[in-house]
Amino acid sequence: MNAIYIAHGTKLAGRKLKNQMIIMTARDSVLSSLNEVGTAIWDAADGVTPLEEIVEQKVCAEYSVDRNEALRDAEEFVQDLASDGILIVSDKPIGLEERS
Amino acid sequence: MGSLIQELNQTALDAGLPISVQLDVTYRCNERCVHCYLDHDDHGEMTTAEIKDVLDQIADAGVFFLTLSGGEVLMRMDFFEILEHARALLFDVKIKTNAFMIREKEADRIRDLGVRTVQVSIYSHRAEVHDAITKLPGSLKRSVAGIRLLQSRGVKVIIANVLMRQNLNDYAGVKELAQELGAEYTIDPTITPKMDGDRSIIPLGIEGNDLRQVFRNPDLVGNVDEFCAPPPAADDGVMDETPCSAGHTACYISPYGELFPCVQFPLPSGNVRTQKFIDIWQNSIQLNEVRSIRARDLPVCSTCSHVGTCTRCPGLAYMEGNMRGPSTQDCEKSFARTGIASANMLMKASRTTLAGLVQIAGLTQ
Repeated sequence: MNAIYIAHGTKLAGRKLKNQMIIMTARDSVLSSLNEVGTAIWDAADGVTPLEEIVEQKVCAEYSVDRNEALRDAEEFVQDLASDGILIVSDKPIGLEERS
Repeated sequence: MGSLIQELNQTALDAGLPISVQLDVTYRCNERCVHCYLDHDDHGEMTTAEIKDVLDQIADAGVFFLTLSGGEVLMRMDFFEILEHARALLFDVKIKTNAFMIREKEADRIRDLGVRTVQVSIYSHRAEVHDAITKLPGSLKRSVAGIRLLQSRGVKVIIANVLMRQNLNDYAGVKELAQELGAEYTIDPTITPKMDGDRSIIPLGIEGNDLRQVFRNPDLVGNVDEFCAPPPAADDGVMDETPCSAGHTACYISPYGELFPCVQFPLPSGNVRTQKFIDIWQNSIQLNEVRSIRARDLPVCSTCSHVGTCTRCPGLAYMEGNMRGPSTQDCEKSFARTGIASANMLMKASRTTLAGLVQIAGLTQ
């Protein structure tokens, strides 16, 4: 399976309140709230760490979940966020120029 | 989005967090609007570095919604540096501008920086009326051109229409203009006293029958019967409510670093040039006093039939002399909506009668 890389979208606002990430997209003014696990994935979305590694380090290490199931859920989660412009998802590391 | 916003506000309120800040980056302006509450001279604005530091501090404190306003924001040569810093801190940014100085380059930057909304004041669809209010010839043409540039780039624009005697008959035209431009439209019949308490501009506002007619226009208020319905009886829940977000989850910072509960509530509560934002937010005696006030603590308004539905602004009340007192402008709005006089209006009428009796007594001595 190819690696998946994730980075924050650029046309959005975000703030962490009480350990939950609140995100507003400029495109459609949709406000979203990520739960604790989603926030952990968001925090780790640096464009260079593969999603698989993020799930192992930030999800499986912290929560009692099956690795494959967690990865499947995470892939679905990041694709959902990508369709809303909240995350950029790529099969290659994402550089700063690709985020602008 | 509504319920999540409410949840967010409630979370911030419960945790005592500031969620929303308006930062005026300058009071300088290229327009001289007849109803403006600001002094447009520069008395020593915060530097770029000071503003960036304030932005860092308020981001750390949890502020999410940031309004950058003025004066005219683009009078600052460093405005885009400030905006870029704000967006790097992931604020949800709204800009208030007259759009006069927005050309292709500025519109591109605003789009590229992911500003969510730009609010532009338009007073009339007719240049002779709009330009007479702004006292800047050609301002309507330039502002509309600026709006078009923003809209063509997908930036959401809100046209704010302050309603006063001078443009009373033009709101339908402004609304049509907003539709043609693809912008949102909001109307506000409130004229705010000047920051120093000078109330000389208040008579520019509409009142009486004119206000009644505005409040009975379904194009502006939606369901007229609902909007103008008599107020329901207030229960304990209403009496325990806080008046608005000012000082609770929101505050205002002037170009000189002064912190107030709201732009319309100029109660000096600290200065970010000499104190950390979070220290002011948590420890200001003034902010804590504002936070302590509930509807039941308002000596006149708690006895008023409108207490549960009035738009009473504590800032306007403060500028009338007492932050726990009534805001006469809001009393007039409640009366215009429902035809029912407020407790404040009844009290004033009774005082007028008594004052007459006192004078008669004086003359007979």
